[in-house]
Order: sequence, then structure tokens, then C-alpha cells
Amino acid sequence: MLIRKAPDIAPSEITPESIYRQRRQFMKGLAAGGALLMSGQASALARYALDEEQVRYLGPDWLQQKLRAAQKSSVFSTDEPLAPYEHVTGYNNFYEFGLGKDDPKAYAQNFKTDPWSVEISGEVHKPGTYQLEDILKGVDLEERIYRLRCVEAWSMVIPWVGFPLASLLKRFEPTGNARYVEFTTLHDPKQMPGQRSRFGTIDWPYVEGLRMDEAMHPLTLLAVGVYGDALPPQNGAPLRLVVPWKYGFKSIKSIVGIRFTEQMPVNSWQRTAPREYGFYANVNPSVNHPRWSQSTERRLPSSLFSPNIIDTQPFNGYADQVADLYSGMDLRKWY
Amino acid sequence: MVLSIAALHRSTVGRWSFWTLMFIGSLAPLGWISLQAVQQQLGADPAQVIVTFLGIWALRFLWLSLAITPARRLLGMAWLQRYRRMLGLYALFYATVHLLAVATFILGWRPDLLLRELTERPYIIAGFAAWILLLPLAVTSTQGWQRRLGKRWKRLHWLVYPIALLALLHFVWLIRAGYLEVLIYTLILAFLLGYRLYLKWR
Repeated sequence: MLIRKAPDIAPSEITPESIYRQRRQFMKGLAAGGALLMSGQASALARYALDEEQVRYLGPDWLQQKLRAAQKSSVFSTDEPLAPYEHVTGYNNFYEFGLGKDDPKAYAQNFKTDPWSVEISGEVHKPGTYQLEDILKGVDLEERIYRLRCVEAWSMVIPWVGFPLASLLKRFEPTGNARYVEFTTLHDPKQMPGQRSRFGTIDWPYVEGLRMDEAMHPLTLLAVGVYGDALPPQNGAPLRLVVPWKYGFKSIKSIVGIRFTEQMPVNSWQRTAPREYGFYANVNPSVNHPRWSQSTERRLPSSLFSPNIIDTQPFNGYADQVADLYSGMDLRKWY
Repeated sequence: MVLSIAALHRSTVGRWSFWTLMFIGSLAPLGWISLQAVQQQLGADPAQVIVTFLGIWALRFLWLSLAITPARRLLGMAWLQRYRRMLGLYALFYATVHLLAVATFILGWRPDLLLRELTERPYIIAGFAAWILLLPLAVTSTQGWQRRLGKRWKRLHWLVYPIALLALLHFVWLIRAGYLEVLIYTLILAFLLGYRLYLKWR
């Protein structure tokens, strides 16, 4: 079991759900009041510390200790309101565990994320299979609050904990031929019911890729945590990519392989529907998905009678940092 | 069960009770999703859950209304005929609430977005066309209109077949990673329409 069982709790000590909920409402009120009092500089931890009653996924002890030591402020973080923990961890596209947004949470809870290893291969001087502990050894974790824009035209603001992908890639010493990085998700139909479905359109395992300069960009994050705790399985535990200026599907989950290549990798969605999904998949309000518009998005969680419709920003609002990676490129062609 | 329902329909009280049961039962999906929404049980994106749910139920009622003729003939349930109109009208009802849910919960009645969706998105155009075509069928579903139109009534209500195909197309164009559900609805519709062709050309 990955979620540790609490020591014996007498039934009398368990708070009835109604009272628990009232208390949550009260705490939310406090949190809202607190947020008003605090200046805009308040750290993200303070912004969600009051919500600690939420049941958290904690992950292995060794990782928890590292997560506790994470640096809490980053120049790359946004101060927009966060999507609540329950939605970040309960509303997921992770087709390995099913097509419904609540399937990953429902079917990933027994997913084994520790021990975990990643195979490094291709155009690199130090190939090999590395344990996650070794990958994280000497790495300083930091919190990054990023906008996540899904290709389905919704978005959330999520406090990830991770480290720049660049720092890891450099340790493996890519060769001069390494122009792209290809990532692979675990293929394990026994653990991943979605991979057993015979009516899917995706060829497993899921594959994603980045150009070397995209991979080395300081915004590109390898995440091991969210909301200060370990990534729950449904969010791509134990190691996932976060590329905030690209549609969410680029941010591949539960990575077991990193391969350095000379040729541009063919990512899973491009293989499935090349007319609809390209390699770059940069968030771009002026290039629509062939079936739906990308010019606006609904910021989740949304309430029914005031849908949070906002204009989608080029590169998901990170244009200042990343637009020059694509100067001279026709982004209509390289969608 | 089948026999008892048939027996039920021999008395006025029985007919009336069963009609009421069907009428209220058909509102159950709407009641259920409304309750879930009020209790905030629909997750981060209740709008999408509601819209998908209502759309699926519109499709189910349309398929059910198309299943009456085959079921009546193959299973000999003559009493089913009485409910064809109700099921057809419920298909329009759920399609209408589905449409209102899209406009309200997803698009916030923003004119620019409504126009954009209705002119640029093939899957929305297909779904909207199906809804529009259902309207004349609903209006002329009464016995009065049936009498007035005579032979032309049947010709007009033949429209339900292109409507079903448009609705299916609307569904197909929404596929992203899995097509099992769409496949099931397609196979059922293929049977329902295929049976009619069989009757015609056997």
C-alpha cells in the first residue's frame, strides 16, 4: 500500500462528516480572510496551509523529507488563485488509468511508484538505469506555481514541486548529436487498466518529446510533488514533466525513459491524430484545434453560473520567457 | 413482467398509472444530475459533466424512440406504441436542456462565443442541426397534426433518421482517445435502422 494507514483510531474519535464539512467551510472562511490580510507576496504555502484537513497523498518517507525542504518562492511562479488540492488530484487526464476525469484517482491508488527507476539512453555519455533516489540526490527541490492549459480548453493553476529538467539532463552529458529528448511513460497493463482497453486510439507506451533548447529552458520542470506533498499516482507519480507554455499533454507522466535523439521524436498524440496534434503543441490562441477553438479557456474549478471564461494567452502567458525559442518559425505549420 | 404490463394496459387506470410512471421516470436523469450539482458532487468541472450527461440522455431517448417499432414487432409488445411520442419528446427535451447547459455553463451566453461555436465547429453544427430538425417533429407529434397532415405526416417524421445520424456524427466528432461508447451507440442504431430496411426489402 502506498497510502499509509493511520494508527488505530477509535470510532468515537472520528468526526462526523457533517461537522467535518462545516469545519471545512469555517476554515475556508478563515483562509479567505487570511488571504485578504496577507500581502500579494504571501508564499504559496501560506496560501494553502489552512487547507490541511484535506487528505493528502504523502509518498515514501525519503521523498517526503526532501519535499519538506523545498524552496517555496520562485520568480517563475504566478500569484493567480490556485485550483484546490481535491481538484488538482481528482480531475486528471491520465488515459493509462481510464478516459474519465475521475478515473485516474479511482484506479491509480495501488500504482507502485517506489522503488522507481528511469532508463537514460541514446546520444548521451552516461547512459544507464538510475534509481529515483539517485536522480534526486543533491537536487534542491523548489515550488513552481504554473498555469496548466489543457488542449481541451480548460486550465488550472497548480503548485508543483520539482527541479529544472536542464540540471538533470546535463548530469548525463548529452553528446553533440543530441538534438531532441524523448520521454516514455511506464507501460504496465497489469497496473494500468487503460492500457488494457482494446478500443483506445493511443499506442502504448505514451511518448512525448522536446527539442533540446525547450528541454533546457529554465521553465521546464521535472515534478515530484504538488501542493508541498508527493505527487499522487493520478498526477503522474513519481516523476513527471511540466512544460507550462505547452498544452498539458506534453507534460508526460510517470516517466521511465529519457532518450536523447538526433531525430525529432513522434509523440503519442501526433501519432494518433497528426492533423490535430503536432510535436510542438505550444499554447496558441490563434491556431485552433481542428474540432474546437483554442482562443478562450475555462479556468477551473468553475462555478456553474459564472463560467470562468478567459482569453488564452500565447504560450500560455509565458511568451516573454519562451517566444524567442520559436523566432522565425511559422507556428501555424508547427502547431 | 411483459405480460403483466400488457395486462395493465387493458384498464384505464392501468394505462394511466403506467403512463405517469414512464413520464416521471424519464425525468429521473435530470433530477439526479441536478441533485448532484446542487450538492457539488460533480468535481472541478461540473459544467462539462452536466453537458455530457444531458447529451447522452438526449441520445438515449432518441434511440429508445427508434427502438419502439422493432421492439413492438420482434417482441410483440403492442403497448409500447403508446410511448413512442413521449420518448421522442423527451429526446427533444434533453437535447434542449443540453443545449441550454452548453450556452449557460460553458459559454456563459457570450454572443461572440455562441456565434463562433455555431459557425466554426462542425460537431456543434451537426448537433444543433439535429436539434432544429427535432422541432417540427415535436410540434406535429399530436394526434391533431397527424390527422391534418395525413400521408405527409409519415414523410415528415421520416426526418428522425437523418436526425439520428446527425446526433451520432455529433458524438463521433467528440472522440479523443476511446471509441467504445460511440461504437456501442453506433451498433445499436445500425440495428434499429437496419431492421427497418429489412422490413422494407425482405
